[in-house]
Amino acid sequence: MTQLPGLLDTEAIRKDFPILDRQVHDGRKLVYLDNAATSQKPRQVLDALGEYYERYNANVHRGVHVLAEEATALYEGARDKVAEFVNAPSRDEVIFTKNASESLNLVANMLGWADEPYRVDHETEIVITEMEHHSNIVPWQLLAQRTGAKLKWFGLTDDGRLDLSNIDEIITEKTKIVSFVLVSNILGTVNPVEAIVRRAQEVGALVCIDASQAAPHMPLDVQALQADFVAFTGHKMCGPTGIGVLWGRQELLEDLPPFLGGGEMIETVSMSSSTYAPAPHKFEAGTPPIAQAVGLGAAIDYLSGIGMDKILAHEHAITEYAVKRLLEVPDLRIIGPATAEDRGAAISFTLGDIHPHDVGQVLDEQGIAVRVGHHCARPVCLRYGIPATTRASFYLYSTPADIDALVDGLEHVRNFFG
Amino acid sequence: MKLDSMYQDVILDHYKNPHGRGLRDGDAEVHHVNPTCGDEITLRVKYDGTTISDVSYEGQGCSISQASASVLNDLLVGKDLAEAQKIQGTFLELMQSKGKIEPDDAMEEVLEDAIAFAGVSKYPARVKCALLSWMAWKDATAQALGADAERTTA
Repeated sequence: MTQLPGLLDTEAIRKDFPILDRQVHDGRKLVYLDNAATSQKPRQVLDALGEYYERYNANVHRGVHVLAEEATALYEGARDKVAEFVNAPSRDEVIFTKNASESLNLVANMLGWADEPYRVDHETEIVITEMEHHSNIVPWQLLAQRTGAKLKWFGLTDDGRLDLSNIDEIITEKTKIVSFVLVSNILGTVNPVEAIVRRAQEVGALVCIDASQAAPHMPLDVQALQADFVAFTGHKMCGPTGIGVLWGRQELLEDLPPFLGGGEMIETVSMSSSTYAPAPHKFEAGTPPIAQAVGLGAAIDYLSGIGMDKILAHEHAITEYAVKRLLEVPDLRIIGPATAEDRGAAISFTLGDIHPHDVGQVLDEQGIAVRVGHHCARPVCLRYGIPATTRASFYLYSTPADIDALVDGLEHVRNFFG
Repeated sequence: MKLDSMYQDVILDHYKNPHGRGLRDGDAEVHHVNPTCGDEITLRVKYDGTTISDVSYEGQGCSISQASASVLNDLLVGKDLAEAQKIQGTFLELMQSKGKIEPDDAMEEVLEDAIAFAGVSKYPARVKCALLSWMAWKDATAQALGADAERTTA
């Protein structure tokens, strides 16, 4: 078996993930390389979900009975874990949502309804990038259409990086918000946060970072990022679906208006008006995803127990190996950085003129799960003049043998359509 | 191997050597996409009365979607509208069968090469690929012939 420096003890780790033992298509060993879409869940998270429902299930923040208090403590305990995981100055800066899309929509809607100095209107500008996931494009398009604000974006270089050469023209005194992805879900690019944040701060614009593909894979420190908002989702980092996070700076969360109204987010309600609970509750209307938050807390315990720096090193080694092996495949073109430097563990590629749908189908028949399509980042496909890509994405349990299986699988694809 | 049931030689042949590809003069043009995978087709129909004198198309997509457009061109050009609708309806029925229909001789007579897509119906994610050009043809026909065609294709 290939040994690479920095690899985790995947044999031990894989025992925590029951699904990785599955066989598909009549006895083929599952090779799961679709982690950028969603990660698999360790036994520890599955147990936490089961235990929550078996022992503690109750609604939170209401009721005085034992279960209600225990459920509340577990839910709020998960908030503490998230706060520590991202090095938030305060636990009250952590808002639970249902996913990163909701987190980003929440920011757009906070600003859409805000008064000065945050208000977005026809005289102001919103800045995103061409490599955003649709969830960090469409909410801003909606906001721009509704307010008359101008939507601008950074383009991409041929090797899959942000083109910041015109940063002073893109981010101007009119810019109210700059929202960009930390690690691209399609290109794998890790973006230069500091340069963008520095320019945004110069002009007094807020900064929102989509960390969906970063939080699962590397240490995340919202204070070091110097952002105003950071969004990510639980299910890509070993947690359950249905739980996301928006971190926001305390004074902003105090100043900005709520978006969804309902139970839990209020202080007092009369028939003519209401006052609101302090953040984070102001932004968590209705019964929250309680079990899912508890599950995310268990996922954070699991990842932290291994160490995010070690997970980063493991994935870097795997990605380096994958880039090298993939470039040996004839007619394979990596869409995005063709090195492991400043790139995450998702690699998109095309294979000659074989359509990714066909690539994915033939790989699936061999038990290899990849994602095909435009990965909710269609502008990237348009930029590079391709209809779609095949994407292999790795995680802490990925092995060099997984990469070898992928490369062998691609050889089979080439023969099949050759 | 199960894959062979999807990727029949007939399908791969049509994919590699598509019939009637390229846009030509038409009475109506439509553009259909499959938003989940990005398959696209631009399709034109040309009618001579109720006879289909041409179906021309351009597109990008997987082997299934491209081969399906090629087979459609083979099957429908020269047919009368009513007959074409019967073929389209039969193809739709086969593709929505989830692999449960075992095509019989009667069905094979109607569908000719298109019978090769029977295996695709077992793969829910790929059924839309196979149907893309057929839905585009139906839409283009409705536009070209107006209310008359809509009534009969409904």
